[in-house]
Amino acid sequence: MPSFVIAEKCDGCKGGDKTACMYICPNDLMVLDPNAMKAYNQEPDQCWECYSCVKICPSQAIEVRGYSDFVPMGASVVPMMGTEDIMWTCKFRNGVVKRFKFPIRTTPEGEANAYLDLKGKDLNSGLLSTQEADGYVFPTPQELA
Amino acid sequence: MALPNKPVGELKAVRDPEVEKRDVDVLIIGGGMAACGTAFEIKKWTGDDTKILLCDKAALERSGAVAQGLSAINTYIGENKIEDYVRMVRNDLMGIVREDLIYDLGRHVDDSVHLFEEWGLPIWKKTEDGKNIDGKKGLKQGTLKAGATPVRTGKWQIMINGESYKRIVAEAGKLALGEDNILERCFIVEILNDKEDPTRVAGAVGFSLRENKVYIINAKVMLVACGGAVNIYQPRSVAEGKGRAWYPVWNAGSTYTMALRAGAELSMMENRFTPARFKDGYGPVGAWFLLFKAKTVNGLGENYAASDGAKVELEKYAPYGTAAVTPTCLRNHLMLKEYKEGRGPIIMKTSDALKTLGETMSKKELKHLEAEAWEDFLDMSVGQAGLWCATNTEPEKKDSEVMPTEPYLLGSHSGCCGLWCSGPDEDWVPEDYKWGYNRMTTVKGLFTAGDGVGCSGHKFSSGSHAEGRIVAKSMLQYLAKEGDKVTGFKETDQELVDMVYKPVRNYLDHCEYTTAQDVNPNYCKPSGMAMRLMKMTNEYGAGTGTYYMTSGKNLEILMELFEMFREDLDKVAAGDLHELLRAWEIFHRLFTVQAHTRHIQFREETRYPGFYYRGDYMGQNDEEWFCFVNSTYNKETNEWTLRKAPYHKIISD
Repeated sequence: MPSFVIAEKCDGCKGGDKTACMYICPNDLMVLDPNAMKAYNQEPDQCWECYSCVKICPSQAIEVRGYSDFVPMGASVVPMMGTEDIMWTCKFRNGVVKRFKFPIRTTPEGEANAYLDLKGKDLNSGLLSTQEADGYVFPTPQELA
Repeated sequence: MALPNKPVGELKAVRDPEVEKRDVDVLIIGGGMAACGTAFEIKKWTGDDTKILLCDKAALERSGAVAQGLSAINTYIGENKIEDYVRMVRNDLMGIVREDLIYDLGRHVDDSVHLFEEWGLPIWKKTEDGKNIDGKKGLKQGTLKAGATPVRTGKWQIMINGESYKRIVAEAGKLALGEDNILERCFIVEILNDKEDPTRVAGAVGFSLRENKVYIINAKVMLVACGGAVNIYQPRSVAEGKGRAWYPVWNAGSTYTMALRAGAELSMMENRFTPARFKDGYGPVGAWFLLFKAKTVNGLGENYAASDGAKVELEKYAPYGTAAVTPTCLRNHLMLKEYKEGRGPIIMKTSDALKTLGETMSKKELKHLEAEAWEDFLDMSVGQAGLWCATNTEPEKKDSEVMPTEPYLLGSHSGCCGLWCSGPDEDWVPEDYKWGYNRMTTVKGLFTAGDGVGCSGHKFSSGSHAEGRIVAKSMLQYLAKEGDKVTGFKETDQELVDMVYKPVRNYLDHCEYTTAQDVNPNYCKPSGMAMRLMKMTNEYGAGTGTYYMTSGKNLEILMELFEMFREDLDKVAAGDLHELLRAWEIFHRLFTVQAHTRHIQFREETRYPGFYYRGDYMGQNDEEWFCFVNSTYNKETNEWTLRKAPYHKIISD
């Protein structure tokens, strides 16, 4: 399902420090046409439909159209990212609509504990830093062949 | 359609790029789960004077196999015995695995899962009365680390709300390593050996995907962890849908190719993974089988896997085939038997499963169950949800087809190809499994993790992260003991730039010769080469086209085709930076799939029926082949060397 950019909605992330979709696409597909100030998917047949561009777009200008070689037309799956949850709207070809909301993280963005002050003691042991700090008893196999 | 003689992409390539040189102690190549594990761990064990650099060809926040998210963590030991984890992996991979690496993984993996939860990953919990609740509501139950009960789908899997899994893990990695030590959109393409001791690494070279710049990096020790290999075989969908690979389409075999070209020994490259997934959308089936207890039937409506015929077939592959849990490849094998004997397609009875579950559920619980089923797709395979919508598939009303995909190469999921790595330096580890530094390849100073470590599958996302952390310590041990032995590489800046930008020069030298840039007798384009590679592997190398069947003669033809392909890659042309990325990816894919098929050629038996078949050597031959197959490549002479390496059983049956 290659992503596509709705021309009317895309402003090329004017005023932003980077073009969001171009920044995020794991496969380097989204690019900005600097003359038009619009983004586009430069290689739709390499799109994994990971939705990274759809989710990050500040203008909700990106959606996904089913792969032309096996997906019948008329359906859509559209996410709305929040800080704690994601909302999905799934529209069927026959008009059925389903909505789902799922949690995405339980801490505020940017506050993952990176244990910046933690320093390991024994570089030559098999213990990872947090295992060492927790006093984890390092096991060895007991049920040997 | 592009105008004649103009590169398609927006970022045009120039003949002479800028050169940026870096001099670091530790280089981390890759940005997925494993690399993020290293990024989190490494500074805990060294001072600020150690220079560390991470290069990711994408953006850390959404790179690697977990970019889209995941609906489960497939390796969490929890209440289980680590020995049983080893037994499970060993049986699923038909007996030949590195039990030292698997055991070692098992004793570290939970620590990473506990960190994920602390960082904010919502993990489903069981309530006191046995109900499943999502990771947000489940906060009330406390953390796994404090003893809360996860929702197990199988013995080893736990359910999560994992849409932002990678963002969370990347955030912690970035914070721990420091943004200044991370280069995004930098694609490392070749590892450079030490000029005095070519069995040691001394640096790497790559380029920017955003500006015309080549990075030349001196490094004393490095991790290569760039995932597995996708689009090395012709996918079942060959137009737009070829992007809908099961594994991430951007995994180009870079891990294996860069390491093998540096001289590192590969192991079990013949092992591939051809997962059975929902047809076309490639959505996950695990939750459907394990959580919802769905059954698959053949085209006649028969539960073929439970038939007498299936039992007889599985007995041929005892003890693996007769084990309580049928190995993944043999489940495929049974499926393929149905197709080949005209009893396809294979249908998953989602309707029956939900009906059965619904009999004991309230309306509210049933609604929750429906949401769980959809979340499984929406968290990690949105396209499958899209396909269900487009085909009016409500799983409680309409069943879906399941089918084995095209082959993939990986070492972290249910496959185990990769590099031959040292295990931990401990007494219980056999002598020929260890050479000083845990997870170091056979090249000094070159480490790998995740999909890169061979013979140790079923680590998945959590295990890859934990393995990246293990490597962080190992690399620093090496740096302390051998870092000063590194003398630099022999290649000059000019030689490296000429190599990396060769496809650009090919383009610029010849693009004016014809009126349409894509057809030109003087060069080949990466897009065409990608199709050429996938056609030859599909036809001769046991792709879907032959129901995964090959033979000695087929492989002989394939090797000849590979050789011409390799020569032609000297003429690959790139007009813009995106195309230069693709040019190098196809180079990486070639060597990786070549290693894969050379191993299949060497191993004269069919170890993994259902994944691939040697028509001339059907069945397993334990007498001759109960061993690893290892290979090395010499890039100076273009020669491959294959050997058998002995297997040691460490854990009892």
